[in-house]
Amino acid sequence: MHFAFTDDQLAFRDAVRDLLAKECPPTAVREAWDSEDARGTAWAALGEMGVLSALVPESRGGLGLGMVDLVLLLEETGYAALPEPVVEHAAVVAPLLDEPGGALDGSETITAPFHHDTVMPYSDRADRFALFDDGTIQLAGRDDVTLEACTSVDHARRLARVTPRAGVDLPTLATGNAVAAAFERGACGTAAQLVGLARRMLDMTVEYARERRQFGVPIGSFQAVKHHLADARIAIEFARPLVYRAAWSLTTGDPEAPLHVSMAKALASDAATLTGRQALQCHGAVGYSFEHDLHLFLKRAWVLAAAWGDADWHRARVGRAIL
Amino acid sequence: MDLTFTESERRFRDECRAWLEANVPHDLPSGDTREGFELHLEWERKLYEARWAVVSWPEEYGGRNATPMEWLIFEEEYYRAGGPQRVTQNGIFLLAPTVFEFGTEEQRNRILPRMAAAQDLWCQGWSEPNAGSDLAGIQARAVRDEQAGGWRLSGQKTWTTRGAFCTHLFGLFRTDPEAERHRGLTYFLVPLDAPGVTVRGFGRLDGDEGFADVFFDDVFVPDHDVLGEVNQGWRVAMATTSAERGLTLRSPGRFMAAASRLIDLYRSRGADADPRLRDEVVRAYIDAEAYRWQTFLTVTRMTSGEQLGAESSLTKVFWSELDVRIHETALALLGTDAERDESGWMKGFQFSLSGPIYAGTNEIQRNVIAERVLGLPRA
Repeated sequence: MHFAFTDDQLAFRDAVRDLLAKECPPTAVREAWDSEDARGTAWAALGEMGVLSALVPESRGGLGLGMVDLVLLLEETGYAALPEPVVEHAAVVAPLLDEPGGALDGSETITAPFHHDTVMPYSDRADRFALFDDGTIQLAGRDDVTLEACTSVDHARRLARVTPRAGVDLPTLATGNAVAAAFERGACGTAAQLVGLARRMLDMTVEYARERRQFGVPIGSFQAVKHHLADARIAIEFARPLVYRAAWSLTTGDPEAPLHVSMAKALASDAATLTGRQALQCHGAVGYSFEHDLHLFLKRAWVLAAAWGDADWHRARVGRAIL
Repeated sequence: MDLTFTESERRFRDECRAWLEANVPHDLPSGDTREGFELHLEWERKLYEARWAVVSWPEEYGGRNATPMEWLIFEEEYYRAGGPQRVTQNGIFLLAPTVFEFGTEEQRNRILPRMAAAQDLWCQGWSEPNAGSDLAGIQARAVRDEQAGGWRLSGQKTWTTRGAFCTHLFGLFRTDPEAERHRGLTYFLVPLDAPGVTVRGFGRLDGDEGFADVFFDDVFVPDHDVLGEVNQGWRVAMATTSAERGLTLRSPGRFMAAASRLIDLYRSRGADADPRLRDEVVRAYIDAEAYRWQTFLTVTRMTSGEQLGAESSLTKVFWSELDVRIHETALALLGTDAERDESGWMKGFQFSLSGPIYAGTNEIQRNVIAERVLGLPRA
C-alpha cells in the first residue's frame, strides 16, 4: 500500500496549475459568461501539453496515461473553473477514438452529455458530439446535428440540446461495457473537478476573511466564521482520497470501480456544495453581488454536483452494492 | 501509487486475523467498571503474551516493529474480529509515543515493557476543574524540593478516564508560576500509590465508574519521573495530543467495524427498517471508507518523512462525529426497542457522545483547523 503520486505526476499537475493560473484567471471565466464567441487560449495550450490526449494510448498518438494521472489535472481545471468540456473530451470520449486526430492536440473539441441525456455543455465550440443512446455512444459532427441552445445557470457552459438530423448514419464509438466505463470516467473526472472547485472557493474565502474587517478586526478571527470554513476543509480532506482511490480502481480495472466512483462522486458533490454555501455566507453581501467572482465558481459547483449522478444517485448505487 | 497490499502486508493480515478470530473474547463487560476492568486486563495480558499488545513498538519493548501500515491492518482486524476497546489505550497510544520521543533510555526501559505487559496501567492527568478546553490554565502545582532531588505536587486532576483502576498517572503540573502560562508546565509521571495521592472514582454519562478525581497533597516525585525538560511540558504534551487526535487513538478499523455492524442491523430489521434510514446507513459506510483512505494517504506521507501536525484535528472532528451518526442511525433503526437494547448500541451511543468532547472538544479542534491549517487570524 503506497498512496501517493509520483514526482512526474505532481510535476505535470504543477505545470497544468501554472498554465491555468495564467490562461484561465477569473477574468477568462467571466468572458466566457459575457461573450458568445470568447474563447481563451487555455484549450490549445492544454492540447499542446498532452492533457487532452492523456488517456489515449501511445499507439494512437496519446500520452498513454491513466485516470490516476488525469484526475490530478482535472482537479486543477476545477480549481480554475475552466469553461471547457475537458472531462467530456479527455476523460470520456478521447480514449474511445480509433483515430483521434485533432482531438489530441486541442485543434478539435468534443463534448458529451451527462449520460442518457441530449443536453451538452460547451456545445457552441464543439466540433463533435458524443450521443449516448440505447447502450451505445455514437459520434456526430456539427453537420450531423441540430443544436437548440438552452440557458445554464452557469452561463459559461453554453448548453444546447443536440439532436441528430434525420437520416444521418452515425459511427458507433462504443457499446456495452465501454459505454459503462466511459460513464465512470466522466463521474470520476467530475468528482475531481468538484474537489478543485471546493479548494478554490475555500482559498478565496480564507483570503477574504483575513482581509475583511468588521468591528475593527478581520472577520476570520470570529469563531462562527472559523467553524464554517473548518467544516469545508474537513469535507474536502475526506472527499479527495476517495477520488484518487476511484481513479486508481478505474486505471487498474477493479471490478468494484463503480462502487468506488460512486463514493467519490457523492462526497465530492457534498464537499463542493457545502464549501460553496459556507463561502457565500462568509463573503456576505459582497459575495452575493454579481460582480464578485465567487458566483463563477459557486454556480459551476452546483451544476457539476448534479452532473454525472448527484450525491443521492451515487449513494443509492452504493446502497445497492452493500445493502 | 499502489493501492494493493504487499505480499508481506497480506501475510501480516492473515496472521492477525487467524489469531484474533481464535482468541478475541466476545462476552466481556464494560472495561469502565472495577470488575470489568480486571477481565479486560486478562485479555490485555493475553494480547501481550502473543505479542499483539503493542505491534508497532520495537521488539525489545514487547512489540513486533510493525510498520504504520501494518499497525492499521492490525487495528482493522482487531475490530473486525469484535475486539473490545483497549483499557490500556491511554498508556500505549498516548503516553508511549511521548516516552519514545522525549524519554531517557532509563525511562524507556523502566516504563515501556511494564506498560506493554499491562502491569502498569496509565491514566492521563491533564484536565482540572478549571482547565478543560483551556488546558494551559492548569493550576495544579509542583514545587521544587532540591534536598530530596525532586518535586512536590499538589492540586486536583479530574475526568480522568479509568483513574480509579489505573496504577500510574501522566500529567501536567505548573512548575513556574511566573512564566507565560504555556511555558511554566512540566510533564510528570506519578505512581498512584504514592503518599498523598487520593483517587475518587465517579460515574460517566452511562453510570459506569469510568471517571476519577485525582487529588495531590504534597506528593513527592523524584527527578527521574520528569518526562522531557522542566518547564517544557506543554511542548512534550502536544506531541501526545497529536497522537490522541490523530489516527493512533481511533484508527479507521474501529469505524469500519461499526459501519459494518450498522449494515447488519439494517438488514436484520428487514421490512421494519424505515427506508429513509437506508441513506444514513450508506453515508456511514462511505464516511468510514473515506476515513480509511484518508488515513492510508496520511500514513504514506508519514512514512515518506512528513510530520503530522495540526491536520490531526481534521481527523478528530471527522471520526468523532461519524461515530455519533453511526450510533444515532442504529438507534433510529431500533426505534422503541432502543430503550431496552442490550446489544450494545445504546451503550455505544452514550460513549460516542464523549468523542466530540474528549481529546480537545470539537470546537477547539475547529479553531485549530481554522488557525493552523487554514491560517485564519487568532481571536
